[in-house]
Amino acid sequence: MAAVIEARALGYGYPDRPVGRDLGLELAAGDVLCVLGPNGGGKTTLFRTLLGLLPAQAGTVLLEGQALAAMPRGAIARRLGYVPQGHAAQFAFTVSEAVLMGRTAHVGLFAAPGAADREAAERAIRTLGIGELAARAVTELSGGERQLAMIARALAQGARALVLDEPTASLDFGNQVRVLREIRRLAAEGYAIVFSTHDPGQAFLAASRVLLLAQGGALRQGTPAEVITAENLRAVYGVEVRVDTVAGMRVCTPVL
Amino acid sequence: MRGRTVYAYALALGALLLLTAFAFAVGRFPLAPGELAALAANKLFGAGYAVAPTAETVVMQVRGPRILAALLVGAALAAAGTAYQGMFRNPLVSPDILGVSAGAALGAVLGIFFSQSALVIQLGAFAGGLAAVAVVYAVGANVRRHDPILALILAGIVIGTLLGSMIALLKYLADPYNQLPAITYWLLGSLAAVAPADIALAAPFALAGLVPLYLLRWRMNLLSLSDDEARALGVPVGRLRFAVVCAATLMTAAAVAISGIIGWIGLLIPHAARLLIGPEFSRLLPLSMVLGAAFLLAVDTLSRTIAPIEVPPGVLTALIGTPFFLWLFAVSRRTWQQ
Repeated sequence: MAAVIEARALGYGYPDRPVGRDLGLELAAGDVLCVLGPNGGGKTTLFRTLLGLLPAQAGTVLLEGQALAAMPRGAIARRLGYVPQGHAAQFAFTVSEAVLMGRTAHVGLFAAPGAADREAAERAIRTLGIGELAARAVTELSGGERQLAMIARALAQGARALVLDEPTASLDFGNQVRVLREIRRLAAEGYAIVFSTHDPGQAFLAASRVLLLAQGGALRQGTPAEVITAENLRAVYGVEVRVDTVAGMRVCTPVL
Repeated sequence: MRGRTVYAYALALGALLLLTAFAFAVGRFPLAPGELAALAANKLFGAGYAVAPTAETVVMQVRGPRILAALLVGAALAAAGTAYQGMFRNPLVSPDILGVSAGAALGAVLGIFFSQSALVIQLGAFAGGLAAVAVVYAVGANVRRHDPILALILAGIVIGTLLGSMIALLKYLADPYNQLPAITYWLLGSLAAVAPADIALAAPFALAGLVPLYLLRWRMNLLSLSDDEARALGVPVGRLRFAVVCAATLMTAAAVAISGIIGWIGLLIPHAARLLIGPEFSRLLPLSMVLGAAFLLAVDTLSRTIAPIEVPPGVLTALIGTPFFLWLFAVSRRTWQQ
């Protein structure tokens, strides 16, 4: 089966400031890629390149086997759902209205969403179990609730792949667990998922693969057990970390 | 939400109808409701009631055009303001943020300065408004590496200030007995001198601006997201923003050309509408237009009736608008966040 998201010899960044180069990625349905790296390590730049928001500096990105560079916006949106980092709600749209915006690429330029779009949005809201929030204003939601609403919006896009930019950032412990649980559940349903995080332990919990970015674009990629080692984390973050197995789970503990 | 929307529309349309009837009735030559009804029946359904010729002249030649102009200008400014507040993701934005009013003012002031006819002054205002926004947009679009929204707003402020200083210079040079009062009067805004021909000239442009806003009414919601979010959801943000700027500028320039500068409506009315039924643009736009039309009609009716001389509506909108805005500011924390 063809990869849902594929990157070949990808160079990303800006013409005068390359951020990373020669990256190869291949995600099939059900794969979860966790992207780790220090602040300013290029996680968001990589995601913007995968989403076609920033042109690739070298190489190609393929979505479901087709070259991203040749696709119009709508075609990308139908293949790749996006959950932005910290959606800043300016206006008090209700959750159902906000999720419905995920249907944009399925709605004609001059049209309004139809019954099928409303159905898709409602389905996405039900999938995330946030039905009771549907009539609430996004500006009134807590960070965790808003993150779930944004994941619902990405599902409403009708894509088979999702990109989540630091979906657990600034969430409390319970909401972090809830978001990770959703990531695992969606992967089990056949979504290909890329997410970034600052907590290497989350890779063991939710990811099948890890991409470790370092300042200057040095990359390591593999299974969580291969990539998340005390040595690699020290090289990337500059701090001492112990990686142990506790009750059958790998955990990372910083050494203070 | 749906019940609330129906309720808000019923209330706003009811208020607009009542206000319109009231505006036809009051003034230096008051008309009785019976007279008005008879005249309306004659004109609309070809009934043959006897109506005093003076009453007919007052309604058809004096009050009619003025009321129509108030409705047109109010609705156009409110629509443009609604579009801009959504697009700039900022509820404190008004239609003149990109310099359309400053450009129109310079165009009109130039016309007055060179003693041109009323028609040329109007055309000057219209062309000046369009030209100012074109320059602002070109500057904003060519400043790369900055947030495009910020670049647009900064370019608008800078060029607006430049135009303002040119207007000040022309005022300083103008003949203080003939031209200066005319300039001041234009800058305060007024519907007193609107003739049917002016409306016939402005209305097509205002409509041409409204059509794209109406067609894009649902998609407009996406512009209130960050650029990356909207693009990731499939919206070519740059092109959509360009279309909205063109549409809103056309509407504002057409309105300002016949009314002069009337502030507050484009800032205040979208707020009020959003408070009533929320930010969803396809619901918000029509309500905003109805409220804008009603508000300017109320203000203009006041301006010609509360005192023996006309109080410029540009003065009254701010006098009424300021307390209302401050009140909104205090209570509206929940409809938007900074």
